Amino acid sequence: MTKVKKSSMLLSCLLLAALVGLLAYIDGSASNYIVRITRLCAINIVLALSMNLVQGFTGIFSLGHAGFMAIGAYTVALLTIPVAKKETLFMLEPLIAPFNTLTLPFGAALLIGGLLSAALAFLIGLPCLRLRGDYLAIATLGFSEIIRIVITNAQSLTNGAQGLKSIPKTANIWWCYGIALAVLVFISLLISSSFGRALKAIREDEIAAESMGISLLGHKMLSFMLSAFLAGVGGGLYASYIGTIGPDVFQISRTYDILMIVVMGGMGSISGSVVAAFLVTIGQEWLRVLDGPLPFLPFWPENGVSGMRMVVFSILLLIVILFFRNGLFGHREITWSAIGRRLSALAGHRKDGEVKAHE
Amino acid sequence: MFDLTRVLQTLTDALSLGSLYALIAIGYTMVYGVLRLINFAHGEIFMIAMYIVFYGISLFTLPWYVTFTVTILVTALLGTLAERLAYRPLRSAPRISILVSAIGVSYFLQNLATVIFGGRPLNFPQIPLFTDVLTFGDVYIHRLSLIVPIVTAVLLLMLVFLIKRTRTGMAMRAVARDYDAASLMGIDLNRTIAITFFIGSALAGVGAIMWGMKYTRISPTIGAMPGIKCFIAAVLGGIGNTAGAVLGGLMIGFIEIVIVALFPALSGYRDAFAFIVLIIVLLVKPTGLLGGKTTEKV
Repeated sequence: MTKVKKSSMLLSCLLLAALVGLLAYIDGSASNYIVRITRLCAINIVLALSMNLVQGFTGIFSLGHAGFMAIGAYTVALLTIPVAKKETLFMLEPLIAPFNTLTLPFGAALLIGGLLSAALAFLIGLPCLRLRGDYLAIATLGFSEIIRIVITNAQSLTNGAQGLKSIPKTANIWWCYGIALAVLVFISLLISSSFGRALKAIREDEIAAESMGISLLGHKMLSFMLSAFLAGVGGGLYASYIGTIGPDVFQISRTYDILMIVVMGGMGSISGSVVAAFLVTIGQEWLRVLDGPLPFLPFWPENGVSGMRMVVFSILLLIVILFFRNGLFGHREITWSAIGRRLSALAGHRKDGEVKAHE
Repeated sequence: MFDLTRVLQTLTDALSLGSLYALIAIGYTMVYGVLRLINFAHGEIFMIAMYIVFYGISLFTLPWYVTFTVTILVTALLGTLAERLAYRPLRSAPRISILVSAIGVSYFLQNLATVIFGGRPLNFPQIPLFTDVLTFGDVYIHRLSLIVPIVTAVLLLMLVFLIKRTRTGMAMRAVARDYDAASLMGIDLNRTIAITFFIGSALAGVGAIMWGMKYTRISPTIGAMPGIKCFIAAVLGGIGNTAGAVLGGLMIGFIEIVIVALFPALSGYRDAFAFIVLIIVLLVKPTGLLGGKTTEKV
């Protein structure tokens, strides 16, 4: 056992080193565009993992992610935009204290954004987590919309519909991947802890879980708050990534975007969320080709059809939902021992290759 | 401040908005009754219906009655098609899969509408017969504000007749009561569910026509907000219950209009009222106002 663990650890360290090397290479010599996409992948990993925690592992169908992201994003924006910029931004109504004179380092702002988001999740969870299934989905979706409406109207705090500009773009590749990796490790440890097993028990059967002595509301609440914390952090990263935020950025469709990553990867699979975050983020960019001219199609407009990629993308998603119901990974995970088994199985086939050459 | 004119004005506005909500909410509640599914695509089907009217009248200059008939038919078929392609293959899947599929369809229709119709808002055609303003003394009323409640009431009576008095209605009630038992009794589930989607979407089509004339601007995202609010209306009244959907729709309509009339400062928060009411009601009565003990569900 310990030998397996040791070699897994070693392999993980090697992979980490390779990843750091790759990121350093991208950061140093790839184009600005590639760097941006690479960063977005990491942000989407954070968001997808945070959603997977409630939906995939706890079985709570919460649709409030855009709202929690908004809390994190606005907190980071308000705490990191330089004071001089704030004065020019808030033209209609001046920004209220203490934000008008306060700026904090990016890391602290992220943390505060996550904590605020978790605190709000506590308040929202009190009424919502008692509801079941669809009712919970619609109630959390409602709260997410309320957050957006409040943001639109709270002119002296959020600058209303005008939004916030010139958010410092501190979230470079190292911030994004550092946090994504930390979240990945945290969620993996959490899921394999006794707390994580209790969450899975709740997902499988609430009544059975409760009769085994698991406090339903307590566990659901903690999972919901942790997820909101991570969504807040993800939202903060996102704010720093795009540099300009407004209430429109955090519409329900933002929640759906993350949901699609989680579903595609497989609800209840950490590796699935990570892989799907890359696939979806890069795929959406790659599909941009469809927005432009496609000379090989006879009736295609000369200047292309803008928005076509989203149509194709949503069709692809529907195909995944309809034909690959459990996503890419289902509940499975990529682990070193699983890879090892695969490899040895492959090697085994090689040995009696004459018989099973093409398996 | 509380003169009779204003009160009357506010009440007619509330009644017509409430009726519109009710009409769309019925579609949600019927589908939920038979499939236990929040049909997230309902709002987008409602949005597409508005574009069909726009193209029929503004572009092809068809007479309004032709356009309206075509719109309602196409909308109903679109809803049925969505069920056939995206929900039926998932009949035996866990409920979450079909819910995600509904979100996928809604996402797809919104993106498709953006490509086909463009993202910029368009002006909905005005038909004088419906949009003229009537004056009763000091009260100005859109003719539409009177037409909407009447149309809703007539459609509702027809629907109640269908559900209570016809074999199809009986099949729908049976499927809503017990899905498996209904199929064992020889009810054609797929046909019944398709009819439910057809009727629900047709009602959304009627709602869309009147909504468009009332609010005049249309865009690919216009279905989202009314869609969610009407689902809330259905939950508020007790999902699965047709009368509940009407009650919920009227309630949200009245709350929105009356609160804004009384406290104009809150008008920016108008869209939040429905959610707040929903959360309060769910806390007090988790199955909605008319839900729970009443077993009649369609």
